[in-house]
Amino acid sequence: MNRRHFNQLLGMGTAGILMPPLPAFSRPVSPEMLLEPGLDVAVKKRLADAAMNAAKSKGATYTDVRIGRYLNQFVVTREDKVQNIVNTESYGVGVRVIADGCWGFAAVVDAKSEADLAKAAEKAVAIAKANAKLMKQPVQLAPQKGYGEVSWKAPIQKNAFEVPIKEKVDLLLSVNNAALKNGANYVNSILFMVNEQKYLATTDGTYADQDIHRIWPLSTVTAIDAKTGKFETRQGLSAPVGMGYEYLQSNPADKITGITTRYNKGYDMLEDITAAAKQARAKHAAKSVEAGKYDLVLDPSHLWLTIHESVGHPLELDRVLGYEANFAGTSFATLDKWQSKSFNYGSKQVNLFADKTQVGSLGAVGYDDEGVQTKRWDLVKDGTLVNYQAIRDQAHIIGENESQGCCYADSWSSVQFQRMANVSLAPGKTPLSVQDMIKDVKKGIYIIGDGSFSIDQQRYNFQFGGQLYYEIKDGQIAGMLKDVAYQSNTQEFWNSCVAVCDEKDYRLGGSFFDGKGQPPQSSAVSHGSSTARFNGVNVINTARKI
Amino acid sequence: MAIILTEAEAKTLLTKVLSYSKADECEVNILGEERGNLRYARNEVSTSGSLINKNLAVQSAFGKKVGVATIDEFDDASIEKVVRRSEELARLAPENPEYVSVLGPQQYLKSTGFFDTTAQITPDKRAEAVDKSLQLSREKNLVAAGFLQDQYGYTAMMNSKGLFAYYPSSNVNFSLTVRTSDGKGSGYVARGYSDFSKLDTAEATRIAIQKGQGSAEARAIEPGKYTVILEPTAAVVLLENIFFNMDARSADEGRSYFSKAGGKSRLGDKIVDERVTIYSDPTNPELPASPWSGDGRPQEKTMWIEKGVAKNLSYSRYWAQKTGKKAIPGPNNVIMMGGNATLEDMIKSTQRGILVTKLWYIREVDPQTILLTGLTRDGTFYIENGKIKHPIKNFRFNESPIIMLNNLESLGKPERVVSTETDQNYLIPPMKIREFTFTSLSDAV
Repeated sequence: MNRRHFNQLLGMGTAGILMPPLPAFSRPVSPEMLLEPGLDVAVKKRLADAAMNAAKSKGATYTDVRIGRYLNQFVVTREDKVQNIVNTESYGVGVRVIADGCWGFAAVVDAKSEADLAKAAEKAVAIAKANAKLMKQPVQLAPQKGYGEVSWKAPIQKNAFEVPIKEKVDLLLSVNNAALKNGANYVNSILFMVNEQKYLATTDGTYADQDIHRIWPLSTVTAIDAKTGKFETRQGLSAPVGMGYEYLQSNPADKITGITTRYNKGYDMLEDITAAAKQARAKHAAKSVEAGKYDLVLDPSHLWLTIHESVGHPLELDRVLGYEANFAGTSFATLDKWQSKSFNYGSKQVNLFADKTQVGSLGAVGYDDEGVQTKRWDLVKDGTLVNYQAIRDQAHIIGENESQGCCYADSWSSVQFQRMANVSLAPGKTPLSVQDMIKDVKKGIYIIGDGSFSIDQQRYNFQFGGQLYYEIKDGQIAGMLKDVAYQSNTQEFWNSCVAVCDEKDYRLGGSFFDGKGQPPQSSAVSHGSSTARFNGVNVINTARKI
Repeated sequence: MAIILTEAEAKTLLTKVLSYSKADECEVNILGEERGNLRYARNEVSTSGSLINKNLAVQSAFGKKVGVATIDEFDDASIEKVVRRSEELARLAPENPEYVSVLGPQQYLKSTGFFDTTAQITPDKRAEAVDKSLQLSREKNLVAAGFLQDQYGYTAMMNSKGLFAYYPSSNVNFSLTVRTSDGKGSGYVARGYSDFSKLDTAEATRIAIQKGQGSAEARAIEPGKYTVILEPTAAVVLLENIFFNMDARSADEGRSYFSKAGGKSRLGDKIVDERVTIYSDPTNPELPASPWSGDGRPQEKTMWIEKGVAKNLSYSRYWAQKTGKKAIPGPNNVIMMGGNATLEDMIKSTQRGILVTKLWYIREVDPQTILLTGLTRDGTFYIENGKIKHPIKNFRFNESPIIMLNNLESLGKPERVVSTETDQNYLIPPMKIREFTFTSLSDAV
């Protein structure tokens, strides 16, 4: 996952304010223009047909056309200032073909005529034919039925782009004010909103028009101790989600109360920042952790990132096969382990599944970027590795007759490839609350929120930090800790999972910017879980004296 | 109109754009570039891409209300439209209290960063370069995955106070991972040049092959504190986290490593070993960079750390104005001075230590101390009594580059390297460091 951009945006220890990655060719527009409808679906069909016909006449055996309009809005503030309001639009077309058994791809910005589309298609075929000369194994594409003219819309209640900018600015400035009043020296808060309007046509006979929305309210407070010159931070406990502005209209049913309030389908930003400011201040007085083995109780606001790195990535089939060897890496979860049908990824409590249909998740769509209807499937069942995440040109390698629908491109200008589905830990089957889970822990640490993260290129050894750490002593929370990070090995860690809370505690976390590929592309993905317990994990102390 | 404009063409076009402006202040940035890439994995070409990009951004200001609009078509009607659009957005924008009036004309150093050899790369030349690499890995029954990308173009800017700047540049980055067919060994190489003719993919591939084969059958040794020799590719990903933190505002606000108790900063303090000197210089022939920053400020030769002392931090123009300091822009290149030791000397003088050729997945654990974590990757070797004894399994480390540069033993000659974290090119020497902290073992190859 690539979060460096966002750390930079928040001004945390880096020079100035940098922009997070935007879709290629994004241009500034007015907020009103974000509400203009894109091209009519009939026009998009005509354009796509022009490209598919042109590709076929040049010898393509398969073509897909993606007509994309990508809209972004940021509202960036610090303390009492609006630092930036950015509205962008990116529109263009990407055409992908198979010719002479090889992939070819060409993209064109602002394409609005049939001639533009035909030209792009011809270029894609020419590239495919040129590259085919270097190819030994022709592409083997899993068959896919056409769905005809279909559409899918994210089930949002309130389009965030319809909410006036002033309302968003007022919210963020009131949030910042609350942070400053409650002990923060500095506060950065941002609203980030995305609308992907994607049209896909394939020569299998699918014409899918999709409307995808995402929102992420994020914040960091900093509390400085002037005497010691030390500073502590606490980031918001929000999640990026596949929802509209309703995510910011929290009601009591969305709140999980306890040592600190956490949020499910609605986020109370004002309440969370108030807690954040107090907790950042309290961290100065927290006890520095004693290194050693602890039982970890991990909140979903933390565990999502461990799932992402240690389950989501190693079970991407392109990594397993070596396509990412030069950058993101390969995977320890090799095909022989899957073929053995007995590889213990985790304990019996561990059920991990992929799901591109989960409501409110970042990865939810009706159809992936090569026309496959999305679904849910198991990756790890009762602890045993049972499947991977694949796309159409890989399905045959794992004996599947159809793709699982994991194909995605971050822009019309990027070629689509295998990306992570929402990968989640299934809640425990027997009733178990967080309170009851903690009651049984003798020497443990309760971790809330995601922090520092790092994992090796085959996804064995990892290290994670968090936002809030609480010591558990003899079944009771004994106070706040700091300087905590845990190190483990994927298989060891998931085999140390002894309990998962029930579905009442199930929540989604996620990433807006999961990076992969060369040149890199980013994708947004969610990971759900209930609070889970892992026994005897190695904890290190991260404090250093300089 | 061409994609890549000459200086005269850019000046003419920018003058025309400004002639449409009715704002209090107007600044225009323009760029044109062509990019190409070829990717391969499992000894086969996997994807390729090309991109032509041109863009013109107009920033208009009425008082402290600022608007930016961009366009990629340069005809008269489009230009007038984009200027009007930026003015409309400026009128609608809230006041930006940190807006600083645009700069007047500036003097810039001369820097040569554009090479025709790079601008003239064709898909055939790209394929030929990759083919040389593929042949070597196929011959030896090794598995290669690599990426070649090249870019050339120009950037220019002009504003209503008469500032004009123009800079053409080119760059090519090549990276390659060679794995043994049983997956037990893995080696890496990366090369970055402004001039494509300097890239020898066969020479680079031989290094990755040597490391790939040499790292097979690695043995585990206990984690702990070791003397390490960091090749420049490994060192750079740690050091750049110091560079990212050299911002005056964060330091003055008390929320960076460069902050001190009592609201002070570490400017002027000795922070690392006195043999450490880090500076930027856009005219360096090995690492040429644009002699101006995006807001038109000149890039001068600037010492950041001189003989171990924090000499300068970068300032936004707003923060410099507010604090009464010189507005030194963040650098466009970073160079660390070296010493005389060769890599062989460093190994020879090591009784017990580890040669680290690459580091991976670097993340900040504690911004207060710039404590970083990450892992070794693609070739890590145990040294005993002045000799490389055998490859070792990868380690996770937890270490601060500040602590590391205080534990400096010796420095070699700086080399141009590509950061595997950011793709940025730097000039960094190999370095020998004592008491580098490895905290756990990894089975990853």
